[in-house]
Amino acid sequence: MNRNIKKSRLSRAVNCVLGLMICALAALGGFAAQADNVQPYQLTIKDHKFSPAEIHVPANQPAQIGVDNQDATAEEFDSSALGVEKVIAGNGRGVVRLHPLAPGRYPFEGEYHDDTAQGVVIAE
Amino acid sequence: MLAALIIVFREMIEAGLIVGIVLTATRGVPGRGCAISFGIAAGVAGACLVALFAGQISTLFAGAGQELFNAAILGIAVLMLTWHNVWMASHGRALAQDLKKAGAEVVAGHRTLAGLAIVVSIAVLREGSEVVLFLYGIALSGGNSLPAMAAGGLLGIAGGAAVSALMYFGLLRIPARQLFSVTSGLISLMAAGLAAQSIAFLQQSGHFEIGTHLVWNSSAYLPENSLLGRLLHTLLGYTDAPTQAQCAIYVLTLAVIGILMLAVQPPPLAARRQVKT
Repeated sequence: MNRNIKKSRLSRAVNCVLGLMICALAALGGFAAQADNVQPYQLTIKDHKFSPAEIHVPANQPAQIGVDNQDATAEEFDSSALGVEKVIAGNGRGVVRLHPLAPGRYPFEGEYHDDTAQGVVIAE
Repeated sequence: MLAALIIVFREMIEAGLIVGIVLTATRGVPGRGCAISFGIAAGVAGACLVALFAGQISTLFAGAGQELFNAAILGIAVLMLTWHNVWMASHGRALAQDLKKAGAEVVAGHRTLAGLAIVVSIAVLREGSEVVLFLYGIALSGGNSLPAMAAGGLLGIAGGAAVSALMYFGLLRIPARQLFSVTSGLISLMAAGLAAQSIAFLQQSGHFEIGTHLVWNSSAYLPENSLLGRLLHTLLGYTDAPTQAQCAIYVLTLAVIGILMLAVQPPPLAARRQVKT
């Protein structure tokens, strides 16, 4: 008896959770295709500095930044404003994808050398 | 030296807090010391591997390897934390009500110990790999500052362990009756925060393109990279510039854990007696 009550409560809850998940997936959409045909902006890391330190991108359009780390040490491209946390290996490359940005300034930094590695994306 | 200390300590806070909370949640469970030590050791080994192969991981899946890897391990951590909370809600409290079965709660906790050890190893792996890369960078650059920087790094790691201890002994001051509710709450919030981080990585790699607009941006007031920001980031899932999808997943995770915990909770003692007669 006790068992049955517990079972039915559990199955109702599982249904409820499944329903929630389906709603969420429907609301958020599935896995969308990647737009990879955008020409990336080039960013170089050398001596723990970004060059160029300012990247101008058009507002409200997706963009990509190709990061080329010419230092022997790894660096983490970090920006909460851009929603990016990406480790670029020493002498390695990486691509940072930017979502359509509202006009404004979006600072980023190299987390392992944040005294020198500072930059900003300007959407306009 | 101070710079190295701060950078390493900042990375260690998250792992430190998670270890502290897991230690509290497994209080009294036999074999937990062994399981959690194993989790930490596996995390450290994993962190070294991830750091070593950072370049290779990055190039997988058309350059999205790092993001997908992070999203996947964070997803696993969320599942393990959910499992623990739901299991404890269904068994731990019920058994604890039955005072004759002293130590029964302990047995219940034993079941999810493996899950929590995995959570610990994931937390250590994620933050640890960044520490390894940073310290390796220091070693490579060499120079006069090397010993000081290395000392700073080691102090930072010790700081992370101190955070664990503070969290653990702080939580233990809470009366035993309420401790279960507190750890359940902390674990739910932590899981929601990790789920939001996981979605952020999928959005970063372009695998989840919906809900990418920022809901708010408080980086000017409370940056996520500050010590307080990191603390709130781990405990509450604070993000200074969350996207719509991150907020949605955060709420959804809390809702799912809450519903499951309520559903599996045994009816109160009075109701059970009625059923029996």
